[in-house]
Amino acid sequence: MEVTRRHLLLLLTPAAAAFLDHRNGVSAAAPESKYKLADHYWGMIVDIAKCIGCGNCVRACSQENAVPSGYFRTWVERYSVPDYPEEHPIVESPNGGMEGFPNTEHKNTKNFFVPKLCNHCEHSPCVQVCPVGATFETPDGLVLVDKTYCLGCRYCVQACPYGCRYIDPHKEVVDKCTLCYHRISQGLTTACCETCPTGARLLVDLKNPKDPVHEILRTNAVQVLKPHMATGSKVYYKSLDQSVR
Amino acid sequence: MHGVEGFMYPNEVELQWSILIVLYPFITGLVAGAFILASLERVFRVEAVKPTYRLALLTAFGFMLVAPLPLQLHLGHPERSYEMFTTPHKTSAMAMFGFVYMWYLAVVLFLEIWLDYRKDIVLLAQSATGLKRWIYRLLTLGSYNVSDKSLAIDERAGYIITVIGIPSAFLLHGYVGFIFGSVKANPWWSTPLMPIVFLFSAMVSGIALVMLMYMAAVKIRKQQIDMRCLDTIARYLFYTFVIDFSLEMLDLIHRMYESGESFQSLDFMVHTRLFFSQVLLQIIAGTCVPLALLAANQVYRFSDATRRLMYGAAGGLTLIGIFAMRWNVVIGGQLFSKSFLGYTTYKLEFATREGLLPAVFLMILPFVIIWGLITLLPPWSATHARVVGGQHGGVS
Repeated sequence: MEVTRRHLLLLLTPAAAAFLDHRNGVSAAAPESKYKLADHYWGMIVDIAKCIGCGNCVRACSQENAVPSGYFRTWVERYSVPDYPEEHPIVESPNGGMEGFPNTEHKNTKNFFVPKLCNHCEHSPCVQVCPVGATFETPDGLVLVDKTYCLGCRYCVQACPYGCRYIDPHKEVVDKCTLCYHRISQGLTTACCETCPTGARLLVDLKNPKDPVHEILRTNAVQVLKPHMATGSKVYYKSLDQSVR
Repeated sequence: MHGVEGFMYPNEVELQWSILIVLYPFITGLVAGAFILASLERVFRVEAVKPTYRLALLTAFGFMLVAPLPLQLHLGHPERSYEMFTTPHKTSAMAMFGFVYMWYLAVVLFLEIWLDYRKDIVLLAQSATGLKRWIYRLLTLGSYNVSDKSLAIDERAGYIITVIGIPSAFLLHGYVGFIFGSVKANPWWSTPLMPIVFLFSAMVSGIALVMLMYMAAVKIRKQQIDMRCLDTIARYLFYTFVIDFSLEMLDLIHRMYESGESFQSLDFMVHTRLFFSQVLLQIIAGTCVPLALLAANQVYRFSDATRRLMYGAAGGLTLIGIFAMRWNVVIGGQLFSKSFLGYTTYKLEFATREGLLPAVFLMILPFVIIWGLITLLPPWSATHARVVGGQHGGVS
């Protein structure tokens, strides 16, 4: 078939739309999906007072994301804090808290559980240091890794102040929490939030005006981990003790 | 958990950077230091160190060729490392390594050596036979003009390249220091002093290495050592070492006085897991003893034989001390948890990809390359007659 000027002009409109979609990160297969990157900005709220240290979240994450044994996209720590000096807490996380925790031997201390995961920082040190840009921030507020591009140099693991990254021993590339991107982009919640029996973890969309996050942030004392690092963490903790690191 | 004391974040137990990453700043430091010693003669006209000029350049070149190998060996996917050149991430300090490296290797070192040896190469291309003749002909890059006018242009170009080379050497190793110094998550590394400490320790190690290489070369060739040259190198080694040590002590005192959040952790490490490598090897054996040996020579005139012995011991201990310093930065910086609540252990493996065996091989390799370079381009060639300060000078 001969391509005429008329054909070319007709093709220009869909070609321009495809180019814009590609630039905005929408894949060719996405037209049917209602998910729009620009409409979301994800984060999480963790309510420490609600966490019972059952390890459901760690197990669910491990199964959902095929996390290699001995490494963790999320984990739970148990703090046992003496009344004084508070800066010397006893912290445990046997196998990342996957099987829960044995009864504590520390009776005269303040005991609580702290679930941890990637903080999906707005100013991520891991993204900053990646030599090839394999680690990147998405427009909807996540920090992800392109595993086909990662060199396995481990600089990002060093740069993460929270210990959230590890090298996948099978693929020799870096791995970390994706906030279950494959689920949340389909309108589901994360595996860890889904399985938490007490609702200690809550996936939040900071761009959604109806999301309960706004009410929670307005009416509660909320902190992020290591605020002095100024990473723009988007995992907010309710009832966070100052001894937590 | 085995090897863990206190609490580590679960993903932190395994160390990320091994002995190979210790070698990386050690080797690039030797390159930068050796080049700066060479530039003493070329730019600052320190005539006394002239016998080591070419040897220093070849030493820098030999180590420079090996510098990226530990990094390549360490990468999970070395076959993707070209991505750093094709799609560098501009905010990453590490991404710039390839460019700084290529600039230094191809533009500064290669050109300077080629210009300095050009006359020798042309003469050897005409006199050598067999395979060597072809190698020399290749090295001429098609330029056989060795007229006085042409050599004067070489000299001028070489001078300009050395002048450019000094900040380049600073950039090369200062940048390596920045890779560590800019990691705010790690208080052991995160200090603006890191690039400058790396730079001066690089100069110290490079000068010590060339001094030892010169002593060994003279011994092997059964020649008379130039004591004036050796004394001058030792004096410069002493000066740079004093600055280096002062900077490191400044960093230490600053940390102790501030006693910040991480101080208890770091203090604990220095007294336990790093006691041997930091206190005994780096500070006492690798710094105080060589500094004392070098200082003694500044105030008292020992016999030539004693001085040679003292310089040899000081040079050897200096290299051990600087290697220990690199070890303490790279390995030490990973032994404590970023929670400051626990410590892990580094298990040095032997015959694995990141074990002791490849590390030893990588440290021997530059010497094999330098031996090859010396065979091909003897630094003590009788034909070496470069115009220096308007006068023709020769090297033994």
